[in-house]
Amino acid sequence: MSQPFRTEKGGRIDRAEQLTFTFDGEEMQGHKGDTLASALLANGVHLVGRSFKYHRPRGILTAGSEEPNALVGVYRNGDQTPNLRATQVELYRGLEAVSQNRFPSLGFDIGAVNDLLSPLFPAGFYYKTFMWPHAFWDRVYEPIIRSAAGLGKPPKNPDHDFYGNIYAHCDVLVVGSGPTGLAAALAAAETGAKVMLVDEQAEFGGSLLSEAGASIDGKDPAEFVAETIAKLAAMDNVTLLPRTTAFGYFAHNYISLAERVTEHLPTPDPKLPRERLWQVRAKEVVIAAGAIERPMVFPENDRPGILLADAGRTYLNRYGVKVGHKVLVATACDSAWQAAFDLADHGVDVAAIVDMRETPPESLMSIAEARGIRVEAGCVVTGTLGRKRVKGALLGRMMTSGQVASGGQIDCDALLMSGGWTPTVSLYSQSRGKVVWDADKGAYVPGRSVQKERSAGGAKGLYGLQATLEDGYAAGEEAAKTATGKSAKVTYVSASGGEAGSGGILGALPHDRNASRVKAFVDYQNDVTAKDVKLAVREGMQSIEHIKRYTTTGMATDQGRLSNMNALEIASGALQKPMTDVGLTTFRQPYTPTTFGLFAGISRGDFFDPVRKTPSHDWVVENGGVFEDVSQWKRAWYFPKSGEDMHAAVARECKTARESVGLFDASTLGKIEIVGPDAAEFLERMYTNPWKKLAPGRCRYGLLLNDAGFITDDGVIGRLAEDRFHVTTTTGGAPSVFATMEDYLQTEWPDLDVWITSTTEQFAVAAVQGPKAREVIAPFIEGLDLSADAFPHMSVKEATFCGVPCRLFRISFTGELGFEINVPRRHGKMMWETLAKEIEKHNGTVYGTETMHVLRAEKGYIIVGQDTDGTVTPQDAGMTWAIGKKKFDFVGKRGLARPDLVADGRKQLVGLLTKDPKVKLEEGAQITTAEQPATGTPAEGHVTSSYYSPALDRTIALAIVKNGHALEGKTLYVPMPTGSIPVEVTGTVFYDKEGARINV
Amino acid sequence: MLLIYCPYCQVERAETEFACRGEAHIARPADPSQTTDEEWVEFLYMRDNTKGIAAERWRHIHGCGRFFNAVRDTVSDNFLKFYKAGEPKPDLEALAKEAGK
Ligand SMILES: [Zn+2]
Repeated sequence: MSQPFRTEKGGRIDRAEQLTFTFDGEEMQGHKGDTLASALLANGVHLVGRSFKYHRPRGILTAGSEEPNALVGVYRNGDQTPNLRATQVELYRGLEAVSQNRFPSLGFDIGAVNDLLSPLFPAGFYYKTFMWPHAFWDRVYEPIIRSAAGLGKPPKNPDHDFYGNIYAHCDVLVVGSGPTGLAAALAAAETGAKVMLVDEQAEFGGSLLSEAGASIDGKDPAEFVAETIAKLAAMDNVTLLPRTTAFGYFAHNYISLAERVTEHLPTPDPKLPRERLWQVRAKEVVIAAGAIERPMVFPENDRPGILLADAGRTYLNRYGVKVGHKVLVATACDSAWQAAFDLADHGVDVAAIVDMRETPPESLMSIAEARGIRVEAGCVVTGTLGRKRVKGALLGRMMTSGQVASGGQIDCDALLMSGGWTPTVSLYSQSRGKVVWDADKGAYVPGRSVQKERSAGGAKGLYGLQATLEDGYAAGEEAAKTATGKSAKVTYVSASGGEAGSGGILGALPHDRNASRVKAFVDYQNDVTAKDVKLAVREGMQSIEHIKRYTTTGMATDQGRLSNMNALEIASGALQKPMTDVGLTTFRQPYTPTTFGLFAGISRGDFFDPVRKTPSHDWVVENGGVFEDVSQWKRAWYFPKSGEDMHAAVARECKTARESVGLFDASTLGKIEIVGPDAAEFLERMYTNPWKKLAPGRCRYGLLLNDAGFITDDGVIGRLAEDRFHVTTTTGGAPSVFATMEDYLQTEWPDLDVWITSTTEQFAVAAVQGPKAREVIAPFIEGLDLSADAFPHMSVKEATFCGVPCRLFRISFTGELGFEINVPRRHGKMMWETLAKEIEKHNGTVYGTETMHVLRAEKGYIIVGQDTDGTVTPQDAGMTWAIGKKKFDFVGKRGLARPDLVADGRKQLVGLLTKDPKVKLEEGAQITTAEQPATGTPAEGHVTSSYYSPALDRTIALAIVKNGHALEGKTLYVPMPTGSIPVEVTGTVFYDKEGARINV
Repeated sequence: MLLIYCPYCQVERAETEFACRGEAHIARPADPSQTTDEEWVEFLYMRDNTKGIAAERWRHIHGCGRFFNAVRDTVSDNFLKFYKAGEPKPDLEALAKEAGK
């Protein structure tokens, strides 16, 4: 028989459909309906991984998403998805899975030597080991730790799957579809409320799918599930989402769901996403997440073959898999007994039930007796035997003294344990609710609701089939009524069997072994033992938050859902404080590990960030231009001719523009239209310069400050009419300038009659600069006298360009005769191609942003954000000429009078010329007064712009330097690794200082 | 993600449509030249950073573009009131009491 641990009958698997899969290359069989974990167990495979730190052999511990050990990689299309929990991986034909964190093989792992060296890896080992010497970190510690510890390997290729995203609203969101969730969804749906029911598993039903010997409404629980789901599916107001994890509960009842759409399919439809992110706004939420079983903390509680009792029961009843042929059940509570009974009913040899309680309930004892099961009451497991598979357990007899006496040894090939149940309060905790300790239940349960939610059933510590069903109905009814105001008569059905029982234990269990030599695991995934928690307390950790970080307990992917309560009890004992005084860590989003792909959605590649292109884009591509990114814009950087590098191309472009003419795409500049009777008054208040007397048809350079007095933006502003201005801003500053204007207009000066509109995208702008600029544009402009007298520097007029209406500015960012032509954007390509052809006749050039930068630096024109950094005032920049002295107020005026802004010692904008004209400074380089400053000497300033200037045939630079304006002619130094560079402080204008070239 | 009501559009919309612009009811002095350095610094930089009930400026930046004010409990993130810019500052203590704080 190929699956030696498969039961004869029963379970929800499709026995008719046999599926072949591989694990570490070995071919095995399973059935449709299996998880990878259940299929492996059916084949007798328990050893599925090596632990994180000690590389100890580990097996499947649970049957759910909290699984800490059985992390596997699954191959698809040649790529591996690491760290999937085998308990959640649905089996399909041809599934290819591998184990992780082992070398060279799962059976023989060299890293297991860590287990023997474990005294070297105590709690806080990361903090201790890597403290000293510092130099060891990069070369020794990190490479070793990185290769030895860890989980799966990340995939090497880009993710070839895609991910969907959907927004949804509902009245009632029900999370979990066990008895509570099903009842809640049904009750809410019957009122007509819009209901969403989600469950992380492939099949709805939760614990009902592994329930045996109980009945609901006289039916088998699984039948009840099928009928209820069919009823819900037929209702228009219900959305059913299986394979969907509610992983995040955020503010205002905003819940994120991860739906796994295709991962379970052997050949997914390529049109479907791998996963889909649901962003749900729910009026009310019912958290029916149930409870999970707690491991028992006894020595060697981590051997393969040791599982939680309820997981053993789930594998048996739901998947038709026996976890072993001879199974020992260790417990301190009633519920695990049912696992033993179910196993016995399937003919499995139950080695014994070992219950820590002196007198387990008589009702259970008699059932055990009827089945001939050996019971060891008042006994505890004190250790286990075997390495890659448990072979037996050591027993200890609990004595009244609290000591444990050796109680012999029992052979077994599997061990089921149960320390009791822990309500799943993760989502409640994420909703910012504070859990409260319930002494009767021995558990933390949800306290007051902070958001519009209620926990129901196991999630609030309520157990037993009848009780959880009832609680579910009530929660669903109440949620629907609160959300919609509607209610309906809901039929409650009753159940028999599936009683809750009692009992449970927290913390490390007593034993008679050498405490310093044994390992009893608290957190399996992070390899944290009871000893580690105690050590952390001995070393001074008092708060559970510190203990958590020092030991890493509760920091694995389950966030301590399995381990927290045991760790708390151990810490409380070591601290000699009541557990409730030790504190509790907070559960955070996401509930279970969530892929990056889900969050990224379609925001990858071209969709990662929008790309903004100017009308010349295609022409630039065709003509070999090189682009640079300026915020989201693609801007032409330079236009190399064949054989030219960047330096040569820029030098040629600069020279040509100054000697004849250059054409530049300035479309990215921000543009804002300011219109209304108070438009001039508004600008008067926003900008430092005076505007009221600016005549229509004229332009002015505008400087924008914030109210602190620092430069934030600049640009030329043209007055088109009494009540209409065309404002330009920097490329990157456009959105923030617009937002700032709106802010002042709406909230400080709502009395002003002004409209402001962003027009950046409305216009395409071509800058034609150089001595021949007028000749270049003249053939295309109509309706305007371009002569110097009629249209002098700093003019703006409306005209036509090739018959298209345009706004023509005579302005210059180069120091040459210059025009900027604004046409409606749809005509931008035509304008660019027309002008590009025309400049050729004049031996002109197109130029990019690099040449633009050089030309403006030669003239000392600043670039806000490059030559300023948010702490530069107009005085610092040598631009007091831009301030309207007689103005009553403008944004920043009062700020400029602050003592620190007028004090001596401010950093000021200057020019720098290196003594050696060939040496080009690094932008950002620090400036000092001493040639060889002592280490720790503060810099006097830094270089903000640095270029080779073709016009001067030497390098030039701008810098901000402490008291720079007073240092003109003085020598400073720019210390670099290759030596200190002497520089002379100069003015900021390097070329055509008198400005003659601009006024022609 | 917060759910925010725009008093101009009169609709509830997701936080992604809005931008928070800090503490509300800090008026720019009508004649800044008459303020002392301390008063100006207070206006520029000093904010209450309230833990609890606070009035904030919000802008429906990807909607109508209007600025408005909202009273929010900065601990629970619950909004207690939304109102248009220019309307007087509500009695925060009374709002808090009403909300059971
Ligand atoms: Zn709005």
